[in-house]
Amino acid sequence: MSPQQNSDVDESAEAFTSPTVIDQPVKGPDDAAESQATLSAEIESIETQYKQDVAGGKKPETQPRLDYRPYRSSILRHPTKDPRHTDPETIELFSPAFGHRDIGTLESDLTIQADGEPIGERIRVTGRVLDGEGRPVRGQLVEIWQANSAGRYIHKRDQHPAPIDPNFTGVGRTLTGDDGSYSFTTIKPGPYPWKNHHNAWRPAHIHFSLFGSEFTQRMITQMYFPGDPLFALDPIYQSITDQKARDRLVATYDHNITEHEFLMGYNWDIVLTGANRTWMEEEDDD
Amino acid sequence: MTETTPTTDLTPTPGQTVGPFYGYAMPYEHDNELVPPGSARAVQLTGTVYDGAGERVPDAILEIWQPDENGEVPRKTGSLLRNGFTFTGFGRAAVDPEGEFSFSTVNPGPTEAGKAPFISLVIFARGLLNRLFTRIYLPEDTEALAADPLLSSLDEDERARLVATRGADGSLHFDIRLQGEEETPFLRFPSHED
Repeated sequence: MSPQQNSDVDESAEAFTSPTVIDQPVKGPDDAAESQATLSAEIESIETQYKQDVAGGKKPETQPRLDYRPYRSSILRHPTKDPRHTDPETIELFSPAFGHRDIGTLESDLTIQADGEPIGERIRVTGRVLDGEGRPVRGQLVEIWQANSAGRYIHKRDQHPAPIDPNFTGVGRTLTGDDGSYSFTTIKPGPYPWKNHHNAWRPAHIHFSLFGSEFTQRMITQMYFPGDPLFALDPIYQSITDQKARDRLVATYDHNITEHEFLMGYNWDIVLTGANRTWMEEEDDD
Repeated sequence: MTETTPTTDLTPTPGQTVGPFYGYAMPYEHDNELVPPGSARAVQLTGTVYDGAGERVPDAILEIWQPDENGEVPRKTGSLLRNGFTFTGFGRAAVDPEGEFSFSTVNPGPTEAGKAPFISLVIFARGLLNRLFTRIYLPEDTEALAADPLLSSLDEDERARLVATRGADGSLHFDIRLQGEEETPFLRFPSHED
C-alpha cells in the first residue's frame, strides 16, 4: 500500500478538518467543546487516586493505562478483559531482521531530504536502545515521525492553519549500531493542536517505532522535550499515571551532543521489555 | 563503549498511541505483501478491526510476523525493500477507511512437530494507548489446536476468536474486536510483567 493511499484514508477525529474549529468548537463524536478545565480535573482525579493506591501498597505503574477516559478516543478502543498470560513460542522469540539494504544512509537526517533547509531549531536526538537486561539491541530498525517546527504534520488530514514546510517531511529511519545507539538529526517539532477537547494542544513530541530481538518487545511510543508546559494538560502523556514512568519519555538536554553554531543536542535512551530468549541462543544466530 | 554499559534504570520505557498521523511514515511500498499477491504460494489474509460499539476502526495499523510454510523462522533482511523472492516473515498493513486490512502471505508451518501453527500479530491504533499482541491460528490441524497451551486455556468462544476461518479460495479471514462481548483475546508475555 502506498503512503499516498494511506494519507487519504485517515478519517482521524483528532485531526483538524477545518481551521474554523479553532474559533468555534464544533460538537462532534469526541465532543470537542469540553474545556481543558474539565479534562484537567479528570486527569487530576485519576492521579490523586493512583497516588493513594500506591501509598496504600499498590505496585507503581510503568506503562500507560489502556482505559484512560481523558483521552476520549480510548473509550471504545481499549480491551476490557485482562490480557491472557502467555508463554512466548518460537516465532515470538525472534524478531524481523532489517539490514542496510532496507534503509538509505541519509534517512536518519531529516534536514537533508529536500533541496532546501527546513525551518526551525536544528536538533540531534541520540541514545541507545537496550533490552530489559541492559543489553544493546543491535542492528534493529528505529522509525520516527513528527510535526514540523510550526506543529504541522505533512499528513493531508492535518489542516490546522500552520505552514507546511516544503523542505521537511518529518519522517526518518535508521538501524541501531552494535552498541544499540541511534542518532537522528531533525528540527524541533512545535506543539500541535488536536480535537480531544476545546483548545487541546499536544506537547511537542517525536513518534518512535522500535523493534527488539524478540517480537514481544515490539513497541511504539512518543519522545517529549524537557520542561514542556503542556505536560500537565495532555491526556496522552498523563495516561501514564506514574510521574517516574512518564519522565522516561522525556529526553535530556545534553550540551555534549550540542554542536558549535549548528544544533542543539538531546539524549534519550529506550529500554524495551526484558527478553525471554537466552543470550546463548542469541549468539547462535549471529 | 562496552557491551554492557551499566544503566541505572532498566524499567521498560512506556508505550504511547501510534496517533492519527502514522500514514505518511509507517506504510511503505509492498508492506503488506510478504509474497507477491497472486504468486503460487500466496494466501490472502483479510479482516476488519472493530471498536467497542461495533464500529469499524479506520485508523489502525497492523503487523504480522511468522514462520514460512516449513515452520522455519526467517532471518532474512529486506522487509522494507522487497525483492519479490525473499520471504522475510514480516508485513505491515494500515487498515482502509472501512477498517479492513489485507496481507499476501503464506500458511505458516509448525515451528516444532505437533505445534499449532500461528501468525503473530501486533495492533496499533489511534485511541489505543499501547500496542496489543495476539495470534492468528490456522484452522486445519485440530489435534495441534486442542493441545495448544494458550488455546486450551480459553473457553470455546474465545478460542474460536483466535482461529482464522478458511475461504474456499484458500484465503484466511481474521477479525479484530478491540472491546466488547466478542473482544479478541490479547496476550501478555512474562517479559511484560512490571
